[in-house]
Amino acid sequence: MNTKNLAYVRPEMIAPAPAPLSTRSASGWIRINLLATPKDAALTILAVALLVWILPGMINWLFVQAAWFGTDRSFCTTAVQGGIKPNGWSGACWAFVGDRFQQFMFGRYPIDERWRPMLVAILFIALLVPVLMPKLPRKGLNALLLFVGLPIVSFFLLHGGVFGLQKVETPLWGGLMVTLILSFVGIAVSLPVGILLALGRRSTMPVIRVICVTFIEVIRGVPLITVLFMANVMLPLFLPTGWTIDNFLRALVGVAIFASAYMAEVVRGGLQAIPKGQFEGADSLGLSYWQKIRLIIMPQALKLVIPGIVNTFIGLFKDTSLVSIIGMFDLLGIVQLNFTDTTWISPVTPITGLIFAGFIFWLFCFGMSRYSAFMERHLDTNLKR
Amino acid sequence: MTDHAAIAPSEARTLRSYVYDPKIRGIFFQVLTLVIVVGIGWSIFDNTVANLARSGTASGYQFLKGRAGFDIGASLIDYSSDSTYGRAILVGFLNTILVAFFGIITATTIGFIIGIGRLSKNWLIAKLCTVYVEVFRNIPVLLIIFFWYKGVLSSLPQVRDSLKLPLGMVLNNRGLAFPRPVWGDTAWVIPLALLIAIVATFIVARWAKQRQMRTGQQFHTIWTAIGLIVGLPVLTFLAVGAPLTFDFPIAGRFNLSGGSVIAPEFVALYLALSFYTASFIAETIRAGIRAVAKGQSEAAAALGLQPATTTRLVVVPQAMRVIIPPLTSQYLNLTKNSSLGIAVGFPELVATGGTTMNQTGQAIEVVSIWLVVYLSISITTSLFMNWFNAKMALVER
Repeated sequence: MNTKNLAYVRPEMIAPAPAPLSTRSASGWIRINLLATPKDAALTILAVALLVWILPGMINWLFVQAAWFGTDRSFCTTAVQGGIKPNGWSGACWAFVGDRFQQFMFGRYPIDERWRPMLVAILFIALLVPVLMPKLPRKGLNALLLFVGLPIVSFFLLHGGVFGLQKVETPLWGGLMVTLILSFVGIAVSLPVGILLALGRRSTMPVIRVICVTFIEVIRGVPLITVLFMANVMLPLFLPTGWTIDNFLRALVGVAIFASAYMAEVVRGGLQAIPKGQFEGADSLGLSYWQKIRLIIMPQALKLVIPGIVNTFIGLFKDTSLVSIIGMFDLLGIVQLNFTDTTWISPVTPITGLIFAGFIFWLFCFGMSRYSAFMERHLDTNLKR
Repeated sequence: MTDHAAIAPSEARTLRSYVYDPKIRGIFFQVLTLVIVVGIGWSIFDNTVANLARSGTASGYQFLKGRAGFDIGASLIDYSSDSTYGRAILVGFLNTILVAFFGIITATTIGFIIGIGRLSKNWLIAKLCTVYVEVFRNIPVLLIIFFWYKGVLSSLPQVRDSLKLPLGMVLNNRGLAFPRPVWGDTAWVIPLALLIAIVATFIVARWAKQRQMRTGQQFHTIWTAIGLIVGLPVLTFLAVGAPLTFDFPIAGRFNLSGGSVIAPEFVALYLALSFYTASFIAETIRAGIRAVAKGQSEAAAALGLQPATTTRLVVVPQAMRVIIPPLTSQYLNLTKNSSLGIAVGFPELVATGGTTMNQTGQAIEVVSIWLVVYLSISITTSLFMNWFNAKMALVER
């Protein structure tokens, strides 16, 4: 087109105008996000009312009224109940948590020997953090140390009886330590066993398939507590006369069996999502069955089901709290045990202890779910159409 | 020159060819697995028989006919400590079903509200629902049960200081007592009226749909349905002379008399299971609704459907397909988690079975009963949901 005949042509671009005030100001944001329609406005008012009703009371109970320091129950009880607080007082008893913190972490592990679980915890963190950071090299060696080296070292360190270490029997273990050991072993066992079970379920060999399907479906069909009872009551019956099996080991076996069955179903989901062409391509390259699984199928399948795997881990971590029912003192068990302790018995002790235990569980589980979301983004190769 | 005959394929198979034949390998590995599994099974059986013989425990289910000798706090059927172990386990089973049934209803309701709330355009509502989900999903359900039982319900007043609630209800640390309805002789016609109303509603709905298909005229079935289902039983109730009296609970100094009582154990378990499972159901609902392509609701709007109609006829049916399978497994999880009632002393299947096991020492038999009952519940639910899912499934070319 000839521009010379035109009356006026703007030779330069107009500078972009700022967004209208109604969309970028605070009041604009409130109007769009909180008061868009009359229904939204009503809901917002309802939600604000709910917050005003709950939050101040909660903050007051948890922090303002709370008894932060103290050495016995008198700091958390009112005058009528035999304490120093004014009548009608109610607040969190953090002094109880502070006093029993060591016990919540280590159970009844001998006080002089508590450097041993501490050392294990430091080793665990030192090995876990590099595994979790995708940028760091030598993942294979690192994982080997974490999943094979650490359990062996930890067992000797915690149980003792060798190298001049005092022997500490498992009934003395407890607290967060037991929760972490149970879940770590559960995770370390359930992933490989779950992969094998999932492969067995997809196998063309009928005998192996039937065995795997039966195992998975039976374990998944019953509650964990029955599996734990089974491990607790029936395992000793199954062993030859004269053999005994440690209570802690029984719980470990129960938790590991249970987690494996769930992991198998998650991995199977990943296997089913791999297109047939991948299997055929690996076959046509002349790879053996295990090469095909190890090099082609598993890396893709596991990547697809990372959220499912982490969910199983979170579930497992939460489920370890059930061992308190069969008489072990994990974090929840040891907190519960302290409710009956006469030094701290008070109306607010149970709820404070439970809130503390809940917060610890929440911290771990929420951390795991956030990490899984990060890994999903990191591993996303944008191959999806 | 060497001999080429060895390289050429021959009809006679060497040992080597057998070793590398996938079919023969398959059979070999299966036989090997079978031998190992049977071997382990046999040794377990052998050890168990030896261990039982040593401890002098008789195996078999004869013990179910024995006198239980323990009391059960809450029971749906007649039970006393003179009843048999079999009846005690049945009481536990019914309690499991009871808490699972009410838990599923409440969890689904809360889950739907929270799940839809998380998708709300209202920032505050969406954030509140997110907080709910993230809090309850990441705490063990056992801890929530204890929270309700030890933290909240145990701080209720003693019987003599009972809280008086409206409608003659009484709340104290023995539980929530409410007036028990006592029905008269002619009351049986009321459920009959309800049944007739439901059948009539189905017939009206069918007729309304056929008429809409034929003429395009709509008929609001919902009002007729409410009128029928609520109105007919109420009218019948009044017509037969209101055969209903109430047995009001009376709080004494130490004990409650009269009325029906909901035990705090039940309430703790029921509330904890509902709140916990609701957070998972909310995520399921959210995922299901988000799986419906945006074009679907846009197309519905282009056809002139109202937003409410769009939700009911376009979004929900498609979302249900995605929601039903994970929802089923959440229901099963709730049912299985009800076994945690044992921790607060709610007499469900695992608790009554556990007491039986401790008293009789019949560990294998009791565990086998647990396995059979829970597996039957799982399989029945799965079969029903598979049928339902097949009915709802998208019929593709």
